[in-house]
Amino acid sequence: MTVAATPSAAPGFAARALRHPSFVAGAVLTGLIVLMALVSYVWTPHPPLEMTVSQRLKPPSEAWWLGTDAFGRDVASLIMAGARNSILVGVVAVGIGMTAGVAFGLYASAKRGWTEEIVMRLSDFVFAFPAILSAVMLTALAGAGTANSIIAIGIFNVPVFARITRAAANSVWAREFVLAARAAGKGGFRITVEHVLPNIVSILVVQATIQFAIAILAEAALSYLGLGTRPPDPSWGRMLNEAQAHIFRSPTLAVFPGIAIALSVLGLNLLGDGLRDLIDPRLARKR
Amino acid sequence: MPLLEVENLTVTLATNRGPGDAVRNVAFALDRGETLGLVGESGCGKSITALALMSLLPERARIAGSIRLDGRELTTLGEDQLCGLRGDRMAMIFQEPMTSLNPVQTIGRQVAEPLILHKGMTRAAARERALDLLDRVGLPNPAARLDQFPHQLSGGQRQRVMIAMALACDPDLLIADEPTTALDVTIQGQILDLILDLVEERGMALLLISHDLGVIAETTQRMMVMYGGSVVEAGPTAEVFARMAHPYTRGLFAARPKLGPATETPLATIAGVVPELADLPPGCPFANRCPLMIPPCNDGLPPPLPMGPDHISRCIRARELVASA
Repeated sequence: MTVAATPSAAPGFAARALRHPSFVAGAVLTGLIVLMALVSYVWTPHPPLEMTVSQRLKPPSEAWWLGTDAFGRDVASLIMAGARNSILVGVVAVGIGMTAGVAFGLYASAKRGWTEEIVMRLSDFVFAFPAILSAVMLTALAGAGTANSIIAIGIFNVPVFARITRAAANSVWAREFVLAARAAGKGGFRITVEHVLPNIVSILVVQATIQFAIAILAEAALSYLGLGTRPPDPSWGRMLNEAQAHIFRSPTLAVFPGIAIALSVLGLNLLGDGLRDLIDPRLARKR
Repeated sequence: MPLLEVENLTVTLATNRGPGDAVRNVAFALDRGETLGLVGESGCGKSITALALMSLLPERARIAGSIRLDGRELTTLGEDQLCGLRGDRMAMIFQEPMTSLNPVQTIGRQVAEPLILHKGMTRAAARERALDLLDRVGLPNPAARLDQFPHQLSGGQRQRVMIAMALACDPDLLIADEPTTALDVTIQGQILDLILDLVEERGMALLLISHDLGVIAETTQRMMVMYGGSVVEAGPTAEVFARMAHPYTRGLFAARPKLGPATETPLATIAGVVPELADLPPGCPFANRCPLMIPPCNDGLPPPLPMGPDHISRCIRARELVASA
């Protein structure tokens, strides 16, 4: 479970990464999605929210690359702008979950005993609610919207990170160099910050990639249910929802956002798997 | 007043089979400039004794008795105060140099840490001092080593780094738990010599823990033989080797490998295995493996019998044993 090195510190990491097929495929796919989101700030084929009423539900053509939706908006532009939304939700939700979860996990691992037991049972409790359910509960209380869906997905991520952090941190705490650090007079906080955290960073990076993919999926699901991003902000999940009414007349309306979601989730998972292989401790030691 | 006074130290560990005493009624004193050896086989309580002295016992261990450093009782101190003592007044060198250094921190940083922590030095000053220390422990090319990571060093070099870390704040008490066991034979002597030189140079007290009688004989003034958590024989090292007064000490001595051409006879062994903590016999812990066992051996832990100046043995037949040899 423990990893000897952080990925960036490893010379030869780049060379090994380039030879790793799933890492390369994942990085390319993820890179494309990010690029799409960035480009959408300065250029899209049409303004994403512009409705051309005369051009409703058009099939893909030279003027409308991926066709138009029921309001006459350009699907290609909406998908590009929707990537921003997915990335925003992913980054913030995983950020929340990781910050809180890692803090809880490290604390539990440093304190052990009852503290550990309480933190872990609490995270089991939160974990017992599926992300969608907790999001539905939260939006029922606080109303639908991007911010609330981010918070809901973030909360769901907290126990995921708390568990993996605690497990990894416990294995670091059991190692001799931690005993040596304690013998040198270091307290629990210093050992956590200086010895435990640096030794589990790589595990957390891998997990963050995978949670990112799950967050994108969860955001799409929430928006599809009408609990996430509100109109008119473009969102892949809501595009799927809106496509439903016209599924027989314009099936491509559902296909393209679906492909966008599938490719970004696939890309992130491949990236996560690749990273996991690449920072395998046995290889990382050779840095 | 001696630097370190240990009285009636008993450590109870929670094992799978119920509580067991890993250390039983251990008592000794150690002063600056003195070297004390602690010898015994795996599982006899040597390392637990060392961890108890540093107050680094596992979570669920219970400790009874008294440990005083310069007259200050350690067993009742809070964690914060202990952190202030560890690494500053008392330091420890561990068995496994390969795993006792943090793999993701540079050597320089790890040696400098105790100085920043205990002496309030700045990073730059601590780094400077770390360089001196690495030079003193004989690490080749210390300036270049400062920014290297542990995996770039050999086992012997890492143990030198561990020694430098332990010595950084000039502790009064140095505990070395099997410091050479994981090293090549050729390096062992060098590391022991280094530790002895430093102990003499800085007037530290040294507690050296080893399973190797040879190491104990070469390095220590006094020694204790531990078995089943009890000190079964203790005395000045030369005196103990001259008149071994416990069958276990004799067994250990007979079982050491000897140099010379291979012979037909296999290595001598002590029959049986170390008893599990939870079911130590009520009497002498060595009774079930002892060639000299007689029924009274099982009546209770034998009291320490004086065998000579400062020399004691916890064997009811110690006098016969010494006389017969």
